[in-house]
Parts: sequence; structure tokens; C-alpha cells
Amino acid sequence: MELKRRQFLKIAGAAGLLGAGAAQGLFEGTAQASRVMHPEGALIGKRWAMVIDMRKCGEKEGCNDCINACNFVHNIPHFDTPKEEIKWIWKDEYEHVFTDISTLDPYVPERIKELPFLVMCNHCDNPPCVRVCPTKATFRRPDGIVAMDYHRCIGCRFCMAACPYGSRNFNWRDPRLGLKGRKLNYEFPTRMRGVVEKCNFCVERLAKGKMPACVEACKEGALTFGDLADPNSEVRKLLSENYALRRKPQLGTKPSVFYIIA
Amino acid sequence: MYDSGKVIAGLVIFVAIATFPFWFGMGKAAPMPKPEILTKGQKCVESKEYMRSTHMQLLNEWRDWALRDGKRLYENERGEKIYISLQNTCMKCHSNKDKFCDKCHEYASIKPYCWDCHYVPKESKKWN
Repeated sequence: MELKRRQFLKIAGAAGLLGAGAAQGLFEGTAQASRVMHPEGALIGKRWAMVIDMRKCGEKEGCNDCINACNFVHNIPHFDTPKEEIKWIWKDEYEHVFTDISTLDPYVPERIKELPFLVMCNHCDNPPCVRVCPTKATFRRPDGIVAMDYHRCIGCRFCMAACPYGSRNFNWRDPRLGLKGRKLNYEFPTRMRGVVEKCNFCVERLAKGKMPACVEACKEGALTFGDLADPNSEVRKLLSENYALRRKPQLGTKPSVFYIIA
Repeated sequence: MYDSGKVIAGLVIFVAIATFPFWFGMGKAAPMPKPEILTKGQKCVESKEYMRSTHMQLLNEWRDWALRDGKRLYENERGEKIYISLQNTCMKCHSNKDKFCDKCHEYASIKPYCWDCHYVPKESKKWN
């Protein structure tokens, strides 16, 4: 049978319509976009920040309350070798924390040099780790928190090279091996081998209206968490009354973690 | 045809080998998996049919909403509000991963990487 041009167009048109209908049917099931929202009572800020008061922090010798709380809440594995260790919040000395001023100005009281400075991800305003991430696994949330999507991390470690504060660790081994016999927080997942991890300013707790675990655990009240954008917040009050330092300000990363030294 | 005996014998052998998987497995279809539901009578996030066909897309959307948009409350078709969390919402009811999730995933030979990180208390005994 010879097909006339007119007949061909009719058949092609009908087939196209049928195909489009079938395709629509295929995709209908996927986007049942109901509503998503913030849970009631969630803490919502514009620029979350932390103020660490070193006048209070050094008070109790050998205190590790905040670090232990974080390790438990986030199921952070323990490995002995420095290369494999994972840490979200830890202690370091003045010289390492303030590398710039400590070399420029050696006449600092011994007392300060010996303080156990708490360090963690600085949740920078201008985070170099976010700029270099090729998969957008690490990103800056509108509330200032530099978060990680471990589902997307491909383990390239560009972010580790980019971070000037050494706030990121790579899971060289299955992190679950480092959790053997440890008490777990069943509400929080672990990570998998081959992803980078770091402090998340406890986004999962903020969503439930709770303060970050380290802030809650500190009995000395040395850690204060709040919204920098809110002039009446606790952190702004502390910063307006005390002179505070940020780490490596000359790099232009604009950290959200402040240190009141004295 | 030259060498017709060899050619035909070869063809017969080839067809026999090529169709081996079909007649070997004939009548031995693996039984449909029967995932075990612990909370009978309770309703899932969405309807049973929707969850059956679309739970993977829903989980992907949940992941992006919670993690990337920071919005962790989901209103379903029935108007109920549900906290978005695989570990704290889904797996609170489906706490028997080996008898629920794994049943169909194994049948379909799917290996989702959810459980590289998310876990149920019972499962964690294996590595904790």
C-alpha cells in the first residue's frame, strides 16, 4: 500500500499524541509534591555563629565535655593514627589556632599560650570548601551553616585542601570500624568509607529546637550559639561587650566562630 | 551446501547453549517476596500503592528537602504532618530491615546504599 503524504501526517500526528499521553502517565507518579515546611519550634536564623569564651573554657582542667558530647551525638568514630582520625570539635594550642598573630607577636602571656583552644568548622561566610567542591556536596545554607550532603560526596578531598583551618577529615576506613563497642546515638546516621566529614553546627538539633550539642554540654557556659544577624542575640551582646578574634581573618573567609581571649 | 552435517550440528549445539538459561530455569520462578510488616493497621507516609511504586523517589525528595532546603516536615496527601527522616521515621516502623526492605531488594537484585550510613538499632549489633 502506498501511503499518501496526507495519510502519513495523520498517522504520525495520532501516534505522537498517544506517545505524549503515555509519557505523562509514566511521570505522573513521581512528583506528588505535597508541602514541606519547617517543624514547629525549629530554631531558624539568618547567620548562625558561635562565640567561645576562653576566660571560661580553660577553667576546668582536662574538661572534654563538649568534645565527648559531639562524638556521641554524631557517632564520630575513633581511630588512633593522625591520618585516619575524625574530629568535628577538638582542642589545639594558641600557636596552631592563631598561626598569624602568634608568629607576628611573640609577647603573649604564657597563660594564653597554654589555653586549650576549641576548634571546629568555622562556617565561613565565604567558604573556600564550597567553592572547590565539584559536586556541590558541601554548600552554604541560607542561615550561614556550611553543610555537607554525604550522599553527593565523591571523596575527592578538594575541600580538605581548600579549608585553611583543617576542619575536615576523610574517612579512609569504614567509620563503623571506629565505633566498635561505643554507645551509639540511634537518631543519627554514621558516614561511609570515602567521604569527607566535618562539624554541621548541629543542623539536625536546630531543626528540633535544640542548641548544638557542644553548647548544651558545656557546664562553664563558655560556648554561646546564636544569630549574628539579630542585634539582640546572645552572641551579638557578647561581641559588643568583648573584643573577640576570628581565625586567619586576612584570608577573607569571614568565619562564624569567635574567640574571646581575655 | 558444503559440510551441511557439521553446520547443522553446530547450529543445534549453538541454539541449545544460547537457550540454556531459559529451559533450565523453566517452571522454577522465584517466589514473590513477602515483606513482613510489623505495624499492621498503621498507615504509612502515603498510600500503600504509592509507597510500593514510588518510595525511592519519595526518599530522594525527602533527602533533598531535609538536607539541602533544611525543611524537615512533610505534609502528606491525607494532610498529616510527618517528620522527614529515614532513620527516625521510616525505620521506626520498619525496624526489621532484613525482613522488610531487604526482601524485595534482594529479589530485584538492587543494592541501595542507604544502609552504608543509616541503620536500625538491631542491625547495628553486627558492627557496633
